[in-house]
Amino acid sequence: MSGLSPGYAEWLRQVSKSPPAPVTNPSGLPIELLYTPESVGNRPYEESIGYPGQYPYTRGIYPTMYRGRLWTMRQYAGFGTAEDTNARFRFLLEQGQTGLSVALDLPTQMGYDSDDPEVEEEVGRVGVAIDTLHDMEVLFRGIALDRISTSFTINGTAAIILAMYLAVAEKQGVPSDRVTGTIQNDILKEYVARGTWIYPPGPSIRLIVDTIEFCCRHVPRFNPISVAGAHFRDAGGTAIQELAYTLADAITYVQACVDRGLPVDAVAPRISFFFYTHMNIFEEVAKYRAGRRLWARIMRERFGARDPRSWMFRVGCVAGGSSLTVQQPLNNIVRVAYEALASVLGGVQSMFTAAYDEALALPTEESAELALRTQQILAYETGVADTIDPLGGSYYVETLTNQMEAAVEQEIARIEQMGGMVRCIEQGIIQREIAQSAYRYQQEVEAGERVIVGVNRFVRAEEPRLQLYTPDPEILTRQKQRLQWVKSQRDAREVARALSALRDAARGTENLMPYLLQAVKAYCTIGEINQVLVDVFGRFREPVTI
Amino acid sequence: MGRRVRVLVAKPGLDGHDRGAKVVAMALRDAGFEVIYTGLHRSVDQIVATAIQEDVDVIGLSILSGAHLPLTRKLLRKLDQLGVRGEKVVVVGGAIPPEDVEALLGMGVEQVFPTGTSLGQIIAWFRRRFQSTVNQEV
Repeated sequence: MSGLSPGYAEWLRQVSKSPPAPVTNPSGLPIELLYTPESVGNRPYEESIGYPGQYPYTRGIYPTMYRGRLWTMRQYAGFGTAEDTNARFRFLLEQGQTGLSVALDLPTQMGYDSDDPEVEEEVGRVGVAIDTLHDMEVLFRGIALDRISTSFTINGTAAIILAMYLAVAEKQGVPSDRVTGTIQNDILKEYVARGTWIYPPGPSIRLIVDTIEFCCRHVPRFNPISVAGAHFRDAGGTAIQELAYTLADAITYVQACVDRGLPVDAVAPRISFFFYTHMNIFEEVAKYRAGRRLWARIMRERFGARDPRSWMFRVGCVAGGSSLTVQQPLNNIVRVAYEALASVLGGVQSMFTAAYDEALALPTEESAELALRTQQILAYETGVADTIDPLGGSYYVETLTNQMEAAVEQEIARIEQMGGMVRCIEQGIIQREIAQSAYRYQQEVEAGERVIVGVNRFVRAEEPRLQLYTPDPEILTRQKQRLQWVKSQRDAREVARALSALRDAARGTENLMPYLLQAVKAYCTIGEINQVLVDVFGRFREPVTI
Repeated sequence: MGRRVRVLVAKPGLDGHDRGAKVVAMALRDAGFEVIYTGLHRSVDQIVATAIQEDVDVIGLSILSGAHLPLTRKLLRKLDQLGVRGEKVVVVGGAIPPEDVEALLGMGVEQVFPTGTSLGQIIAWFRRRFQSTVNQEV
């Protein structure tokens, strides 16, 4: 090519003497040795990048970003009984945390009561056990629900948990239009990763649309869905797969709402997203920037949304997850700090920084505090929040943003050609692709092609033993006693009436939220309510593929 | 002659983290073992029934929910009850803290592969364990 600047020609000449080995990023995109203005191309700035708070939001969804308001620091916590978790919540709030994030145990997530002999070994282990409204009341004792926003990582039983939360707010005297928070409520990714599915996709999506419709009408400040790519990533997917599958899921949910007759501009401003930030800093920054641009375009062009709030890609993230290692666990403190940096350079709205011992057990109070301090140091000491999108205009980051955007668009188109996300999941296609990515990644690690310090490089023969969190062996007994007590106090006729009304409504097409509210207020258990829904909806049959 | 060693990779309980189970299943399959994967949310009874029906040599439990001790105990008891404990090698993988590794081995689990174990180590263990029975063409 002629017309090279003399400086560039000279640089090329020097490099060609001993060119370094090629590099690809974890998504498989080739990374150049150097990026220049030519790499970015000449797309007009206003159109492709623009200004923060303006379409297509590449540089951020708000005009002042972190100078206006820092991101929300939201540490995921929950274990044992409601009292145990209530105490941890109060501790975290005293330490300056600005939002709550509830981890629920697996029986609660899967719709089983704590006294079900099939599941008793899981009670209170990976989160707090919630059987009835009474547990939820204890969980938020002394925490005013009009002063705090709460995020629930709940999917299969999300509508029931939402009903319980709203019932607690009502009992506290908080009007429903002042309740803020989020339920994850994203079932499609559960079929692929994480696995807390119960019903088949059809009725599950109906329940999701019910919660969205109900919140739009009655709980306008609550976010009824957080579309999560995080778990695709943690299950082994690449950043491109993570973003593509998440957007494809979101398209499915928005379409279902539109099909129900909800105006797109009523629904879209209530949708938020949730991702993992892993270790490759610039790939992550580009992912968030590309995500904002893609979502804005999908909403405006595909769904015809007119309200700018419908175009905004609101993102919460986790720094940690499968990027953390059991080997030399203190190294994870450093990993989480870099990932938190990448998240903030990517412009996220809220963040959970994982504790360094997460790969081994639930965090101790000490490791949980250090994780929160990691983001406080980032926010207040490093200057990273001083200006908006500080990497905007970097030849590398802009090029990578463009490449990620194109790759994700291509992937979404491929999914749609195969019949859309639900069909791809029912056939096990997405599950297989994620598993293959995970397998490939593991092989690369074991071959030493991807370096992980302490795992395949700089390994130490003897690993230090950490002081880990140990679960209280009395949890199950205490939780079962409480459930017994609630059952003895409630009005059995009220319970039967509420469950039967729910059953009838589930067979029809009405919105189920009012029936769920009635059922939780009658102190029906999560197991009783779920059983009614399983009777009517059936269970999902997992396409088992390896 | 000798038939190929059959391994049941199983996910007991409600834990939905199947990345490890699937990756190990794929690796064992590529290493020449015959692998059956149960899918998620299997009860101990279902796992044992599948193990007997498919006549597997190994039951590999994958557990990351912290419930590995009670779930494994339940499985071993079931194998005892049905009188097939001696015919099945039981191994466990997942988020297993070091002190629990010893507890599992004490119960009669032959090997534990905590998070962080490489595929290479797992395959090497299986090859050693089944040296005399593995088909040489593998």
